[in-house]
Amino acid sequence: MKLKTLFLAMTFAAGSATAGEVEVLHWWTSGGEAKSVAVLKQMMEQQGHSWKDFAVAGGGGESAMTVLKTRVVSGNAPTAAQIKGHDIQEWAELDYLANLDEVAKKEGWEQSVPSVVTDIMKYDSHYVAVPVNVHRVNWLWANPAVFEKAGAKIPTNLDEFFVAADKLKAAGVIPLAQGGQPWQEATLFEAVALEILGSADYRKAFVDHDMAVLKGKKMVEALTIFKKMKGYTDQAASGRDWNIATNMVITGQAGMQIMGDWAKGEFIAAGKKPGVDFVCVPAPGTQGQFTFNVDSFAMFKQKDKGAMAAQNDLAKTILTPEFQEVFNLNKGSIPVRTDMDLSKFDQCALDSMDTFKASATSGDLVPSFAHGMATTSAIQGAMYDVLTNYYNSDNISAQDTANLLADVVEDAM
Amino acid sequence: MPVTHTNTPAPLASTTPWQDKMQVWLPKLILSPTIVVTLICVYGFVIWTGLLSFTKSRFLPQFDFVGWRQYERLLNNDRWITACENLLIFGGLFIAICLLIGVLLAIFLDQKIQQEGMIRTIYLYPMALSFIVTGTAWKWILNPGLGLENLVHQMGFTDFKFDWLVNSDMAVYTLVIAAVWQSSGFVMALFLAGLRGIDSSIINAAQIDGASKPRIYWSIILPCLRPVFFSAIIILSHLAIKSFDLVTALTSGGPGYSSDLPALFMYSHSFTRGQMGLGAASAIMMLAGILAILVPYLYSELRGKRNA
Repeated sequence: MKLKTLFLAMTFAAGSATAGEVEVLHWWTSGGEAKSVAVLKQMMEQQGHSWKDFAVAGGGGESAMTVLKTRVVSGNAPTAAQIKGHDIQEWAELDYLANLDEVAKKEGWEQSVPSVVTDIMKYDSHYVAVPVNVHRVNWLWANPAVFEKAGAKIPTNLDEFFVAADKLKAAGVIPLAQGGQPWQEATLFEAVALEILGSADYRKAFVDHDMAVLKGKKMVEALTIFKKMKGYTDQAASGRDWNIATNMVITGQAGMQIMGDWAKGEFIAAGKKPGVDFVCVPAPGTQGQFTFNVDSFAMFKQKDKGAMAAQNDLAKTILTPEFQEVFNLNKGSIPVRTDMDLSKFDQCALDSMDTFKASATSGDLVPSFAHGMATTSAIQGAMYDVLTNYYNSDNISAQDTANLLADVVEDAM
Repeated sequence: MPVTHTNTPAPLASTTPWQDKMQVWLPKLILSPTIVVTLICVYGFVIWTGLLSFTKSRFLPQFDFVGWRQYERLLNNDRWITACENLLIFGGLFIAICLLIGVLLAIFLDQKIQQEGMIRTIYLYPMALSFIVTGTAWKWILNPGLGLENLVHQMGFTDFKFDWLVNSDMAVYTLVIAAVWQSSGFVMALFLAGLRGIDSSIINAAQIDGASKPRIYWSIILPCLRPVFFSAIIILSHLAIKSFDLVTALTSGGPGYSSDLPALFMYSHSFTRGQMGLGAASAIMMLAGILAILVPYLYSELRGKRNA
C-alpha cells in the first residue's frame, strides 16, 4: 500500500515537472547569441512556464543534431530544437513534429511573415516550425580605410570587383578574406552564381535541380569567376574560420569579405561603426537580390497537455515583435516579421530589410543552398564536395566541374 | 561423485565438490559480462551496420532495402576514392617511416650511452599528447602564413616555400609528418624493450666469430625482433586506419577533400549529411579492408609461430 502511494506520488511529481515546461535544444552559446536565448527564457518564465535549457555547443550544431537524434529515437524528444531549412521537412516526414496551425492562425503569421519563409516552416501545408530570424547571405563587407589607401572603389559589380581587387593587391593587402572551409567556399560561390545565373536560374539550379542549368554555360562561367576569385585570397586560408577572416578585414590586413550578415557581429564586437569603420554592400552585382538563411525552431510532438500549452506559448513568443527585436539586435540578423518598427536597427539591417521586403514580391528572394535552405543535406553535401574540390585543385576544368555537379546532384536526389 | 580434472590442476585434498564447481564456473561467470558486451557492442553493431548499408536510410535508420545501391554510389563517389587512396598513402608511409625511425633510434639508444633515460623520455613524450593537440600544433607550424615558411621568410630567405598544408596535392603528406612525429617514439620504446630482451650470449658468440656490428644487427638481432615488428605493425596500422582526430585537427580533410580519410568520410556522411545508408556502406568497406589485410597477416604470423 505504502509502495503504491509512493509510486503514485512519483508519477505525479514527474507529471507536474513536465507540465508547462519547455526544453529547448540549441547551440547559441556564444556571447550575443546566449544573451538572446536568456531573453527568450525570461519571457517564457513570465508566462508561468519553466525553462529547461538544453544547449549543446560546438560545430555549427553538428553535435547538437547527434544528441537530438538519440533523444528522439529513444522517445524523449525536447519541446523544440534549433533545426533549419530542409531538415525540417525530413523530421516532419518521419512524423515527429507537432502541428502549430492553431497558433499560426491566432497570431496571424501568414500576414506578417513572407510566404517564402513560411513555406520552409510548413510540411504538407501545416506549420511545424517557427522562424526566428533572417540572415542575408549575399553581403560584401569592406574596410573603407584600406580601399582609400589603395585608391580603389568599393565594387558594385563583378568587373569593379576585379578592378578593385587588383588595386588592393598592388597596395600590398589581401584583397579578399576567405576561410578555407567548404561552407565558406559555397557561400562565395553562391554569391557569384546568383549574379551570373540570375534569380530565376539560380532557383532552377539549386532548388529544382534542373540538369540543363546545372551543367549549362552560365554555370561554367560562374565557376570560372569563382576560381578567379581564389587568386585574390591569401594562401593561408585553408581551414580558417569565418570570424578570423572577418577579423582580417577589421584589422585592415584584407580589404573585403563575402559573408552573411553574422559577420556584422564581429565588427560590432570590435567596436567598429557601420558606414564609418566598415561598410556593408550587396555582393557584387546582386543589388536587389537576397539569399536568405532563416534560423528556426522545430516543435516536437508532446504527450503532456501542459507541455503542449507551453510549446504553443513558446511558438507565439518567438514571433512576438519584442523578442524579434531583442534577438535580432544581438544576432546581427533581421526580424522575420515585415511589419515591425526597426528604429533600433543599424543601416545594414535596414538595407537588408528593404531588400527583403522588395525581393519577396519581385521573386529575387532566393534560399541559400550553402546554408541548407534550398535542398536536402545529401545534395548540399554532394555540391560542397564538388565545389571545394574544384576551388582547391588545379586539375579540374570548370566544364568538367559543372558536369560533375549535375551528376552528383542527380545521384543524391 | 565423479569429478574430471582434465584442465585444472589436481585439487588440494581439502576441496569440496562445491569449490570444484566454483573453480570451473567462476572464470566463466567473470568473463560473461565482457563476452555479452563484446557480442552486442562489437558483433551486434557490425551486423546492424551491415544491415543499414543495404537500406536507403537517410538521417535516421529506416528499413527500405535497396540492395547494393549504396555500395554502387560509394564506388562512384570521387571523395570516397580519394579517401581510400589517401589511406593507402598515409598508412603505408606512416607505418614504414615509423618503423624505420623507431628501429634506428632504438639501436642508437641501445649503445649504452649516457643519459639514456632522459633521451628516451624525450622521444617517447609526444605519445602522451592527444592527436588533437598534435594536429593543432602542426597546423600552426605548417601554415605558410604563420609557421615555418613565415619564419624562414623573416630570416631573409624569401624564396623558401613550404606550402604542403594548403596544397591539395601534398596535404596528405602533412598528416604523415605529424603522425610520425607522434608515434615513432613509441615504436622506439617497443624495439628498445625487444633489444633488451635478446640474449647477449648470441651476440657475444657472433662477435667472437668476427661478425661486424651492422652484420650482427641485420642478420641476428633484427630477425630476432620479428614479434616486435608484428606488434608494431598491428598497432600502427590500427592507428592509421582509425585516425580521425588527427585529420580533423590538422586539415579537416582539406583543402577541398584532398586529405580526406575513410573514417572522416564515414562520420560526415552518417552523422552530419544525413546519408546513413552510404555511411554504413563505407564503414563496412573499411571493415572489409582491414580484414583483407589483417586476416592473411595474422594467419601467416600465428601459423609460423606454431610451426617454429
